[in-house]
Formats: sequence, structure tokens, C-alpha cells
Amino acid sequence: MPAVSKGDGMRGLAVFISDIRNCKSKEAEIKRINKELANIRSKFKGDKALDGYSKKKYVCKLLFIFLLGHDIDFGHMEAVNLLSSNKYTEKQIGYLFISVLVNSNSDLISLINNGIKNDLASRNPTFINLALHCIANVGSREMAEAFAADIPRILVAGDSMDSVKQSAALCLLRLNRTSPDLVPMGEWTARVVHLLNDQHLGVVTAATSLITTLAQKSPDDFKTSVSLAVARLSRIVTSASTDLQDYTYYFVAAPWLSVKLLRLLQCYPPPEDGAIRARLVECLESILNKAQEPPKSKKVQHSNAKNAVLFEAISLIIHHDSEPTLLVRACNQLGQFLQHRETNLRYLALESMCTLASSEFSHEAVKTHIETVISALKTERDVSVRQRAVDLLYAMCDRSNSKQIVAEMLSYLETADYSIREEIVLKVAILAEKYAVDYTWYVDTILSLIRMAGDYVSEEVWYRVIQIVINRDDVQGYAAKTVFEALQAPACHENLVKVGGYILGEFGNLIAGDARSSPLVQFNLLHSKFHLCSVPTRALLLSAYIKFINLFPEVKGTIQEVLKSDSQLRNADVELQQRAVEYLRLSCIASTDILATVLEEMPPFPERESSILAKLKRKKGPGVTLPDLEDQRKERGANVNGGSEHGASNSAATPSPPESAADLLTAAPTPTNRPRPVSSSSLLQPMLSPLSCLSSLSPLSSFAHQGTAATMSATAAGPLFQVSPSTSTDLLGLASPAPSTGGSLLVDVFSELHAPEQASAEAPAPPVADDNFSRFVCKNNGVLYENQLLQIGLKSEYRQNLGRMYVFFGNKTSTQFLNFSASVLCQEPLHSQLNIHAKPADPTVEGGAQLQQTLNIECVSDFVDAPVLNIQFRYGGTLQKMAVKLPITLNKFLQPTEMVSQDFFQRWKQLGAPQQEVQKIFKSKHSMDTEVTKAKIIGFGAALLDGVDPNPSNFVGAGVIHTKTTQVGCLLRLEPNTQAQMYRLTLRTSRDTVSQRLCDLLSDQF
Amino acid sequence: MIGGLFIYNHKGEVLISRVYRNDIGRNAVDAFRVNVIHARQQVRSPVSNIARTSFFHVKRSNIWLAAVTKQNVNAAMVFEFLYKMCDVMAAYFGKISEENIKNNFVLIYELLDEILDFGYPQNSETGALKTFITQQGIKGQHQTKEEQSQITSQVTGQIGWRREGIKYRRNELFLDVLESVNLLMSPQGQVLSAHVSGRVVMKSYLSGMPECKFGMNDKIVIDKQGKGGVTDEAGKSELGGSGKQAIAIDDCTFHQCVRLSRFDSERSISFIPPDGDYELMRYRTTKDIILPFRVIPLVREVGRSKLEVKVVIKSNFKPSLLAQKIEVRIPTPLTTSGVQVICMKGKAKYKASENAIVWKIKRMAGMKESQISAEIELLPTNDKKKWARPPISMNFEVPFAPSGLKVRYLKVFESKLNYSDHDVIKWVRYIGRSGIYETRC
Repeated sequence: MPAVSKGDGMRGLAVFISDIRNCKSKEAEIKRINKELANIRSKFKGDKALDGYSKKKYVCKLLFIFLLGHDIDFGHMEAVNLLSSNKYTEKQIGYLFISVLVNSNSDLISLINNGIKNDLASRNPTFINLALHCIANVGSREMAEAFAADIPRILVAGDSMDSVKQSAALCLLRLNRTSPDLVPMGEWTARVVHLLNDQHLGVVTAATSLITTLAQKSPDDFKTSVSLAVARLSRIVTSASTDLQDYTYYFVAAPWLSVKLLRLLQCYPPPEDGAIRARLVECLESILNKAQEPPKSKKVQHSNAKNAVLFEAISLIIHHDSEPTLLVRACNQLGQFLQHRETNLRYLALESMCTLASSEFSHEAVKTHIETVISALKTERDVSVRQRAVDLLYAMCDRSNSKQIVAEMLSYLETADYSIREEIVLKVAILAEKYAVDYTWYVDTILSLIRMAGDYVSEEVWYRVIQIVINRDDVQGYAAKTVFEALQAPACHENLVKVGGYILGEFGNLIAGDARSSPLVQFNLLHSKFHLCSVPTRALLLSAYIKFINLFPEVKGTIQEVLKSDSQLRNADVELQQRAVEYLRLSCIASTDILATVLEEMPPFPERESSILAKLKRKKGPGVTLPDLEDQRKERGANVNGGSEHGASNSAATPSPPESAADLLTAAPTPTNRPRPVSSSSLLQPMLSPLSCLSSLSPLSSFAHQGTAATMSATAAGPLFQVSPSTSTDLLGLASPAPSTGGSLLVDVFSELHAPEQASAEAPAPPVADDNFSRFVCKNNGVLYENQLLQIGLKSEYRQNLGRMYVFFGNKTSTQFLNFSASVLCQEPLHSQLNIHAKPADPTVEGGAQLQQTLNIECVSDFVDAPVLNIQFRYGGTLQKMAVKLPITLNKFLQPTEMVSQDFFQRWKQLGAPQQEVQKIFKSKHSMDTEVTKAKIIGFGAALLDGVDPNPSNFVGAGVIHTKTTQVGCLLRLEPNTQAQMYRLTLRTSRDTVSQRLCDLLSDQF
Repeated sequence: MIGGLFIYNHKGEVLISRVYRNDIGRNAVDAFRVNVIHARQQVRSPVSNIARTSFFHVKRSNIWLAAVTKQNVNAAMVFEFLYKMCDVMAAYFGKISEENIKNNFVLIYELLDEILDFGYPQNSETGALKTFITQQGIKGQHQTKEEQSQITSQVTGQIGWRREGIKYRRNELFLDVLESVNLLMSPQGQVLSAHVSGRVVMKSYLSGMPECKFGMNDKIVIDKQGKGGVTDEAGKSELGGSGKQAIAIDDCTFHQCVRLSRFDSERSISFIPPDGDYELMRYRTTKDIILPFRVIPLVREVGRSKLEVKVVIKSNFKPSLLAQKIEVRIPTPLTTSGVQVICMKGKAKYKASENAIVWKIKRMAGMKESQISAEIELLPTNDKKKWARPPISMNFEVPFAPSGLKVRYLKVFESKLNYSDHDVIKWVRYIGRSGIYETRC
């Protein structure tokens, strides 16, 4: 507080503060504060009125004490009194105190609001500004409710001063962020856009922020801002910096405004008007040109400002993704930054390049920097920069450079930071597979991956190797040889033992010809690792041994010895024990023929998407904003890559049975005691049941079960029994939900799941999830939607043509969701048929917390479509978008009507016109339980009329649909046919559309 | 064992840092500062575990003494050592303050080297230490071999706390019984908890190697003697207000010079005293405590903006005795805006910085009564929290032992030199002080 004049110095405050600063100990400080508080209390208590100056002084002291961390429970009234003072300093302190200390539920709020209102209406611009600042600082809902309507008026009023406009724009921005629903959109919006043309650059800067936020909400309303923004930008960029006076920052013209304008433009696609577009391109070019110019100052602020504009321009270029020359230029520019001294610049350059790499125009250009990026990976001191380098390498990888990149990443892996190792491992595994021309290279790569970073190699990686080796005849021999060699190292990682066990068990015979890798040598090599391994690996090795018995009869004796030993037969682990016992018996009893059949080579796995990729995406999931090639493309709707990949961004909205279920090998061992799909050998069924209980969670039990299942059947059915390889695939397919295609039992879960999604991926909006939709036709409460992050629950009630729905958003993670918004979208015909008013939701959802949103619904006339709930929030750093169909269906407005038989038939006849009746005959999807059916009809909204239909097994219902405009009577009749498992549903209403819709809805339920 | 010892000032700056073991790193110094001294919330526990390292601290005025260890040490031993360390420092340079520590840091390091060896506490007897750690610097050159070997034999010998060949013209002995009485009383005058913790502090100026025997009215001893038919009536009802003969001691600790084996078998306290000041024993009693003062509070709330407080104190001991330094502290609500006090005796004042009315009386005889009344004005606030009404506390000093302890005898025997028990001049003094002496209101 500078001593302005004698009256404003507040010496008492200065003395007090210096006293506190001089306190030697906490105790002394508390004593001083207590003394001061007592003094202030006696002053405030005093009967004589205090003058404004001392009031201000004491309020200041209280504020200071509060900021030191002590509780203040008085003085609010005095602070509010200061608001009505006519002195700037007194008013200012009053506002300061209020914005720091007054909480929203205080009873003083009306007094405060009154004070603010007076100031807003005042002629003095500084007073208006103070009031605006206070509103923005508090920013509560109450403030928004009270003043949201006034501020736009101030903002667009012709006679407002520049500084007032500036404050008003920022204040409105703040209110819009906290309670977007309360800020009315209206005729002022058009005028706000024109603030971009304002003389005063401060106003323009503030307005740009506001418009950017508003444009994100309703892009159409602010379309006109594009041309204005481009015009403004071009004036800044091309003008000589002298005419911007105060807004030139270290020789850079209005950097903040430029950045904001560029960000605003990123809300929109490239302008369609050729002239504007040319002007924008010119701007971007000149920004890129300026980056090439020698710096006008050596100060860091100069280069920071310049680069800020440049990076924003580049991200706009990437966003538009339409100007090849610009993209290439941007890429070259970033390439220069890759070797810049500033770590931050290198980081940003790598990050932007990652996104550039995904554009088809600049992919090649990015690739030219591969050497630099690799050296960045090796020499960079900052781990986050190295991480970005890894991302970029991954993004720029294609067939031409994959070998080099994979080799580099592998060699880096040895020295990589622990935090990013797993990710590198996954990336290497994916790249190696994706771009493998020759699979020996692939096998080599993955094996060295396991050797170097065994602990970070997840299950999926080595599953995938085995899948590929089994499916490719040409590499099997090579793989066996390589694995054998790798296993000879004195210490090898358990994952390597797993791969080795599996591959040698399958293809050991291919290298057995060599005396150095004779069967016995192979076995001894594997068995030397046995005791060092964990139980699942041991189980796998046991299966490998039994396979050896089949492959090499000469080692049978040795292996039987091993299986016989107490450490196997009496192992404490039930899985190991069972395997040992079963394998031992199998090897003793079964003839070589049976062995050969039972222990046949594993059949090829069906081709499918790599589970590793899914794993990588899951790992990155929310929270990590790695620009991934596929993700990026998906998000833009330019699905260049075809449908073969699926983006993590979409997976959130997928009606996903968890991805893990889709992983080929992990899926197999899920407990098998549920009814399984058609099996070619029904004889095997009873044999499998006891086994299934014991089936382990070991990833390879599929492999084992092929053996164990056969053991049992072989002992039971003897040589008569033929086990076809398809039985084992059947086991693998168990987890996939009811595969309908008989041919390949193992259905690629992914391809099914994503078929509908790809169709919708064309549209920029996320796919609409409606999997739980039909469940809500007959009930009002339940869980509508759920994924890893979010659970949406519903509770709804309807009365006549009105309804209220409570939507609960449950945050399932431990981190908060930011910028949370949920809005209801009604497509065109529905828009006029249904009025939905959504109360705005809180913008943040804490981790583990639940947020409630209320929807008020009014049915204007009958409708067919369902409204869509669009949800958008920021989790970690990524923007999550999803859309869910809201189960507001026509039958919700159906009110039951009780009537007697006579009335019913009378009305039934009245509605006899052919277009009024809709009939549908359909097959029952569920069991035909009478009680369930009754419950469904009642849940549907109709009154269930007993004793109306002469046939007691038929159901008859009646009801009235209430809409704002009309009421529609509905009669329905449902005739079940238990023998044929069919239903006939007849609906008669006074409107044909209603009949049709109700019939569709209801028939879906049975 | 103790891994290191640090001394900080109130700001958390390290004044003394001595590390004894390698498992204590440099960062331990900062860990304690950050987590204890500068902790957001005041740390009340004297032991803090930070990253598997234990910090034991005591605070003397504004100075923090912290012992650090990574091992599972005997915490009581560590605190005993820290207190002893404070005593030793106080004996060398008086009050423990930042300035004194800074001025004597060489001495402190020297002391730390001597009394702690690889983390194991050594002889910390001030008398013994003063023979070879002097404030005038090392006088090694001036010391003869004999003297040096004498010190060695004393420090390593059986009686490490006393050297031989001490001679006084006048054999004198001072004995102080210092007690502090703690009380918590309900508003109705019911004792909720009360105990006395006392110390017997001696100052001896005796020649040679005297053997002393200390006797007091310990219940167990008296009862035993009563059975034997020998009763000592000498100490009966001479001091204090009560006529009771024996007191029950709940627990006690002794100076290392006391022969514990003899105490265990005969319950007699016999010892060869150190020279100069020392604390012979510490004890605690909870039964039959004489409460020197009774506080009768009366608090009345008049509306929301006024409070009337009336407090009466009564002295409850022999009228011939005088209590001194009486101070009554009456807490006031946090919303106090003004106070008017009227008292008949002494001075009373509202101290805003402490949120209390402090009433001081210089002297007060036994069996007297005094009263204070106050009117407290309150500022109504929007905070609905009720005032917690902290208890009224009191400080005083009385010339008797509230536990009822009496010294029956203190005998001195010196067989080699020619003086007997009668030639020794003995002084006995009783001081009872208030500890936490509170009455709820």
C-alpha cells in the first residue's frame, strides 16, 4: 500500500504488519494478532460511528490477519459498508475483503449484491470496473444469477469506456466458465463479434478470449468471427510494429492477441471464402517468415513471444491440415527447433511434430528429421523430452524406416528411464509387427526386447509373438532355433522362458536334427530354468514337456521321471499337481497315435487386431496426451487408415465388454463353467466340466487344456475317440459371447464391436451409445451407460405430458473431470416435438464423486426419435466426448386407463380404421413368463385389463398418451403363442404414427 | 543408539550439528526442519518418524534439541539424555538461548564428544565433566600426569561422580524439596484429577568421601518401623498443614549415586553424594494431596453481548504460612470487545493478546478468601460457534510440600576424616509450586 497521501497511508496497518514480521516466534505472532483483534472488536463495538478511513484500515488489518491463516468471524458488515463509500480506496478495500472472505451463503449477500448493482449503474468507470472485478473474482452461481443479464449490456453499450468493456468481457468469460447456463445468449452475441474490430487492442484481446469460449459452445452463432479474426490477425502480423504502441512486447506485435486469435480460428474449419482463406494463408506464411528473420532482441522475452505465436500458428496449420506447403514449412521450422538450445522449444517442437507426422502432407517432411530425433533420444537430458522423442519416432515410423527406428528404440531401451520403458516396449512390439517384412526380423526383435527389458514386457507382447509364430510356417524353425540359443544364456527372463517353453514344445522337432540341440539337450535346457520360475510358467513348462513326449519319444523316460518326482506329483499348487498327474498318466496309457492326435501342433490363430495396440492405447488412455497416429485421424473424422484400427478416443464410447475379454489369449482361460457354444464333439462336454472348475488363470491353459481335456477323454473313450483340433479352439472361444457363426468359433470380438462404430466414425461427433436404451422402455431407473471413466445413472418420473429426469454422472476414477458439460441434443423433427430443459451441471466432477443433472421434459406432440445426451469433459489432459441416447420414449407419457370389458371393445371397434391399427408378429426373445410379461406391460405405461379378453392367456392394456397438444388413446393386445414362441401384438390408437411407434417399442421388449 | 544430534534456533536454522553414525545423512537435518519446526500444523508429539528415521526433540525456550536415529532405541533413554544435555549446558553457560549456544559452540561440540560416544551416552555428570572440560580452554599442559590419571580413574572408576581429596572448612548441606501440584477441578469443586510431582535437590559441600543416608515419611518405611515398635515422632506436624504421618509415593527415580540394591531390600536411601548441585530423587504422589487453593467460578451470560464473571479464591493451609506470586488467569471469549474488572486484592488486567483476564496477588496468608468480578462485553458475530469455556488456571508458590512429604533425617558418616554427623550444617527448605492448576468454569 504506497503512501499516496496523508489520508491514505494507513500507518496503523504498516505498523501492525511490521510488528508481525518482527515476531520472533509463532506464539509472539498469535499474541500480537489477539491484541489487534481485541482492539478492532472494541473499535467496531464502539457506539460512535467510525469514519471511512479507520473502517478501511481495520478491514485491511482483518484481511491481513485472515491471509496469515487465522479465522475471522466479524467485520463483514463494515466491509459491506465500505462498498457504499465514494472514495476509490475505501471501495477497493471493501471489494477486496468481500471477494476474499465472504462466502456465498452469507446473509450479507443481498447487501453486497445491492452495492455491486449500484456500482454497475454508476457513471464512474472505475467503480464499474471494481464491481466487475468483484463479480469475476467471486464468480459464484449467485453472482452469475444476479448479474449475468447486466454484464452483456455493459459490454456492448456504445458509451462504455474501453477499460470497462475489457473488464466486462473478462467477467462474462468467467461467469460463462462457472455457470454457462446462466449466461443468456441473445442479440448481444452478434455485437460481441464486432468487438474484434474495436479500436482498443485490450478490448479485442479480452473479447477474443470470450468469443473463443462461446464459439466452442455454439460454433454457428459465432461463424462471422472467422473473417473478422483473420482480418485482425493480418493487420497485426503485417503491420509495422510501431502503430500498436503499448501492445508491442519486445518487438513482437501483440503476441497475446495473436495467439488468442489463432486459437479462435482453431475452433473452425478452414474458411471457405477464397479471399479470407488467402489472407489467412498469407498471415500464417508471414508468421513463418518472421521466425526466419534474425531476432530483433537478444532478450528471452522476445524469442518467447515470437515462438508462442509461431507454435500457435503451427497448431492452426495442423488443425486445418489442408495446406501442404504450409505443413511442410511448419515441419521445417520445427526441425530447426529440434536442435535449439532451449529445452522447452525442443519439447514443443517434438510434440507438434508428432501431430504433423499424422498428416499425409507432412509425413514425409517429418521423416527427414529422423536423425535429429534419434540423437535427441540419446543425448537429451530431460526425460519428458526423451519421451516426446519416442512418441515422435513412433509416429513417423513407416515401412521405409521401421528397421532403423526399431533398432534405435531397442538400443535406447537399455538406458531408458524406468517410467517410459513399458511404453517403449509396447511401441517396439507394435512397430515390429506392423512393419515386419520378414518375420525372422520380427522374432529377433521381440526376443531381444524380452532379453533387454523383460520386466517391462507385458503378457500381451509375448502372446502376440506366439500367435505370429504359430500362424507363420516360415518362421517356426527360425524361431525355435533363436529361442533355443537365447535360452542358453545363464540368466534369462521368465518371459523368455515362457516363450521358449511354448515354442520349443510346439516346434522343437524342427531343430532336433542338430546334435547341439538334440531333444535331450532341449529338455535339459528348459528344465534347468524350471525351478527358478513362477507357478504359471512352470505349468506352461509341464505342458511343453508332455508335448516333448509326443515330439521325441526318446526322451519319454526322462520326462516321466521328472513328472513322477514328488516335487511335481505332490506339488502344493493344485494346478501343477493336476498337470503332473494327468500328463504322467497320459504318457503311460496313451498310444503314440493318440498322443500324436491329442498333442497335435496348435492350430493357427485367427487373424485379428493386435492386442498389444489395445494395450498401448489403454495404457495411454486418459491422462496422457500422446498424439497417436490413429487417434488423431479418428478425431478428425478423416479416417485415412480404414477401419482396421480403432481409436482410444472411441473406445470410451464403445459398448465395450472390457477390452481384456477381447484379448485372444487372456480370454481363453476365463472360467469356463458357463454354457458353452455349440461344440463339434458333445461327448467331450461332460469330461470338460470337472476340469473347468480347476481351470487355472494361467494364460496358457488353452494350450494345457488341449492336453488335459484330451487326457480325460482318451482315458475314458479310448482310441475310439477322435479329438479334432477344433475342440481346443472351442475352448478358446468360450469367452466370446455366443458366437453365431458356426465356422470360426473364435469370433473376433473387435470386428463385431466396431462395425457399427466405423459407420458413425465418419461423422465428427462421437458414436452414440444406445446399448442400454431398450432396457429403459419399461422402467425408469437404472444405469444407462458405463465405461472405465464414467457411469451414468438415471432416475426419472413422468406425469401426463411432463417428465423429470435425474441424470447421475459418477466419476469412477480418482482424478477430477474438468470442464464437464452435458447437453441434450434433439435432432430436427424431435426438436419441435419434445421440449427438454437441462439444468447446467457443475463443470468439475471430483474423483469418485457423483454429479447430478436434472432434465425437465415436456412432450409437445408424439415423437419417434430419442434425444441424445452429449457429454464432454477433460480427463487428465485429454478431452473426452461421448454421446448417449436418452431413453425418453413416447410410452413414458402413456397414462394407464382402467376400463371394463364392454368399454374396451366399444373403443376397440371405434378405432377400426386400417391406418389406426398396427399389428406385428414376432418371435420371442426371452422366455415367455406370464408375470414378466405383465410387469412389462405395466412398466410400459398401460393399464393391464383383466377379464377383458376371452382368452385368459392374452394380455390387454389401455392407456392415454398425454402430449401438450393432444391426447391419444391407446389400446393394445398381446397374444402369446407358447408352442411357436411367437407373439402377436396389436395396437390401436387414434393416430397412425403413435400406433407404429408404440408397437415398435413394445415388440422389442418381448 | 543415537545417530546424531542437532540444535536449531526458532527459525529452524541449524546451530549445532553432530552426526555420530553413518546412517544419518545430511538431509536428516532438513527433514526435521521441514516436517517438525516448519510444519503447517504444530507438531505436538516429541517423537516424529520421518522416512524411517526417528527424531526425538525437546524445546528449551526457542531452541530445539533433536536427537536422530535410524534404530529402534529406548526412547526414554534418549529423552533422559536430552534433558541431561540441557542440564549440562545450563551448568556450563546458564540459560539455553540462541546467543549462548552460538557463543559456546566450541564448548558444546567438546561436550557432545565427551558425553556421547558413537551414539552411546557416557558420563554426563556435570561435576565430573567440569574437571576436564573447562570453559577456559584445555589446560592440558598445566595438568600434571597425576591429575590426569586421577581424572581417568575417577571417570572410569566405581564412583564416577565424585573425586577424592575434596576438603571444606565448613561441611554444609542444603536440601530443597521442590514440588509442583497439578489439578483439574470441576465447577462444582469436585477433583477430577490431581497429582504432585516432586524433586529433592541437594547442594553438598562435604569433605572426603562421606556416606549419607536420607530418610523421609515414606509410608512403607513408617509402617515397617511401626511394627518394630520404634516410632520417630521428630518430624511430626512441624511443617505444612496436615498432621498425617506418612505419604504413599507412587513412583520415584534416583540419582545414580543412590545404592539401588539397598533401596530395594531395606528401602533406605544411602549414597555418596556428588560435589555441588545435583538432584537426588524425583517422585510422584496422587493420594492425599493438600490443595493449597480452591477456585470458585461463577459465569453468567447476559444476552448475546455480555458476560459476567465472578471468581473467588480460598487459601487452604495454615494461617501462619504465606503463599506468594499468586496469579489467576480467567479466559475470555474470542469475541470480547471490552472488559471491566473489579477486585478486592491484588491487580487485575485484561490481556487482549492472551485472551484472558490476569489477576495477580503478591502475597496471601492461609485460610483467607479473595474475590474478583468482571463484566465482559461481546461483539455479536455471524459465527454460530459457542465459546468453548476453557478452564481458569492458577499459579502460586507455597512454603510447604503439598504432597505432605517431610524429611525425617539426613545423616552423614565420614569414617576417614574427623567429622561426625553433628558437625555438618544442614539446611532444609520446602517449596510447593503450581503445575497445571485448573478449574473448569
